[in-house]
Amino acid sequence: MNKQNQSPLVHIVKRGALPWYTAWGIRGGAILLALIVCAIVTTVVTGDNPLQVYATMFEGAFGTARKSWTTMQSTAMLLGVSLAVTPAFRMRFWNIGGEGQVLAGGLAAAACMICLADAVPNWLLIILCVVTSIAAGALWAAIPAFFKAKWNTNETLFTLMMNYVAIQLVAFFVIVWEVPKGAGKIGIINQSTELGWLPVIGNQKYLLNILVIAVLTVGMYIYLNYSKHGYEIAVVGESEKTARYVGIKVERVIVRTMLLSGAICGLVGLLLVSGTDHTVTTTISAGRGFTAVMISWLAKFNPLIMVFVSLLIAFLEKGAGEISTQFGLNQSFSDILTGIILFFIIGCEFFITYKLSFRKSEKKEAK
Amino acid sequence: MFDIVSFIPRAVVQGIPLLFGSTGETLTEKSGNLNLGIPGIMYVGGICGVIGAFLYEQSAGSADAMNGFLTIAIPMLASLLGSLLMGLLYCFLTVTLRANQNVTGLAMTTFGVGFGNFFGGSLIKLTGSEVPSIALSATSSAFSRSLPFADNLGWFGAIFLDYGFLAYLAIIIAFVLSFIINKTRVGLNLRAVGENPNTADAAGINVNRYKYIATCVGSMIAGLGGLYYVMDYACGVWSNDAFGDRGWLAIALVIFTVWRPNIGVLASILFGGMYILYLFIPTGTNLCVKELYKMIPYLVTIIVLVAVSIRQKKENQGPAALGLAYFREDR
Repeated sequence: MNKQNQSPLVHIVKRGALPWYTAWGIRGGAILLALIVCAIVTTVVTGDNPLQVYATMFEGAFGTARKSWTTMQSTAMLLGVSLAVTPAFRMRFWNIGGEGQVLAGGLAAAACMICLADAVPNWLLIILCVVTSIAAGALWAAIPAFFKAKWNTNETLFTLMMNYVAIQLVAFFVIVWEVPKGAGKIGIINQSTELGWLPVIGNQKYLLNILVIAVLTVGMYIYLNYSKHGYEIAVVGESEKTARYVGIKVERVIVRTMLLSGAICGLVGLLLVSGTDHTVTTTISAGRGFTAVMISWLAKFNPLIMVFVSLLIAFLEKGAGEISTQFGLNQSFSDILTGIILFFIIGCEFFITYKLSFRKSEKKEAK
Repeated sequence: MFDIVSFIPRAVVQGIPLLFGSTGETLTEKSGNLNLGIPGIMYVGGICGVIGAFLYEQSAGSADAMNGFLTIAIPMLASLLGSLLMGLLYCFLTVTLRANQNVTGLAMTTFGVGFGNFFGGSLIKLTGSEVPSIALSATSSAFSRSLPFADNLGWFGAIFLDYGFLAYLAIIIAFVLSFIINKTRVGLNLRAVGENPNTADAAGINVNRYKYIATCVGSMIAGLGGLYYVMDYACGVWSNDAFGDRGWLAIALVIFTVWRPNIGVLASILFGGMYILYLFIPTGTNLCVKELYKMIPYLVTIIVLVAVSIRQKKENQGPAALGLAYFREDR
């Protein structure tokens, strides 16, 4: 046989744009497949039947009004950080420092609550908390952005390192402010006076956070899709050279977008510290900075779809938590399930961008 | 007084997991894959070794019944297998399916850390054994056995000879890898794949094969770091999240060493030293300053990162195609 005429069995070609419903159909299929695999894994580990697994998970996430609110709160916080990192991702700036920026914001809010509680009236204190935490988050993000813009320093690793600097900074202040001395934690700040606490709306502790994030989601959607800034971000992301050619100041866009990104992270830090936890610890961000990267990417940087992806992740977290509790297993079970789902969704993107064309059989070729 | 003879050995044992991790990641990055899953892979490497050792110790019954060779071989193989599977998964997603490397890496870390903590916390319950906690003292003593005459040589023995065999293996791997990358044809091809896969492909190098092999071998080396940590440093006791952020520090170390495994040998010990410096600096009653000392490794990495990018020296840059998926038909 003539070897030169042999073509490979599978040939990979780039697809044209798929209609949106096919693309989301593929993603939906991947999620479904992933949920089935998750159920199988859970069944193997616990011996429960797969349908029961999801019933238990649902119970864990939405079983009672209280559980529903906590799930909503987790969703909102995840969504908040995801929204924050999105504008940066749109211009291909890999901000994986959400963790550190949230901590910086939270730390600033806590600092105001602790140091200024007696010095200024409560309304001013709350305003100061808001302003300083947003500023701190923005500053934390602006440092890597400045170096990226000026010298093209690798932002992925820079922002990653900034996380740990922030964690140690918080650890430092936790010991400075610890109550009582030697406890190793701050405890609830201003527990009796509730100074600097964000107001509670309608007796629901989490409602304010959820509303703020909801407004932010819509705002971010409009900002990214219908504003001049959003357009500039998209152009810089597609091609820096094009952006320069059409007169966009790339350095300015990078720093500006990261300021925004960090500011929103700082705001999430504020919501966590002043809004719900009323304390600050090194784990206050709880890995959200990393999860947010994946949520934002899975949602194709679309704020509205991020709502659903965050809900899915929060549901898994709470649901798997319930399973772990019931069967006396470790809480990290949810990370495994989240990982499986992520792998499936990451993998399915291939089938949206590319098409496999198989070698046609020899007989047809011969005709 | 600053006690240098006790400081250096502790810096070394802190540095060895980092050395494994950074050597593995350097190899991976040379092929153009930025594997942010290393922290997860190191967890998986550690826990798989633990699972292997745990099952073997349980089946053997007592420490006397254990075969010396199997005691080391089973955890080693389990650990290598676990991290190999993680490496394959990463390659499949990023090389074959061309997924985004950052996202895949972070997902691997989430999964790997969760995997480690889950089995670490639930292994006893899942296997239905009747021990209070995972303490693999028999396996650990086999792993951390140092040269018999090390104790007789005073400070020299304490600084250079008093480690388990995995520590020396880490150093050997780093030097061998450094040689392979810089002095052999395979290394040249590998660097070509990382710098410019288009050119490498045109020169007849199988880009995907190089990426697969480099990343999988890199993962296995990194996984050994997790194994060393559990078996030698932690004396065979697995506790959740104890490994901490060492995986990220290993990635930082890759930049710190400007992608050279042989520099990594000294740099990892330096990092290990900075990691535990706070224990050796007298701070009196002021405990909070110690937290600031823990910041040093990260700050130093940031400074190196910035310095490298400002100086723009060609030989100190990372692989040019780092983090980009390769598709032959793309221009």
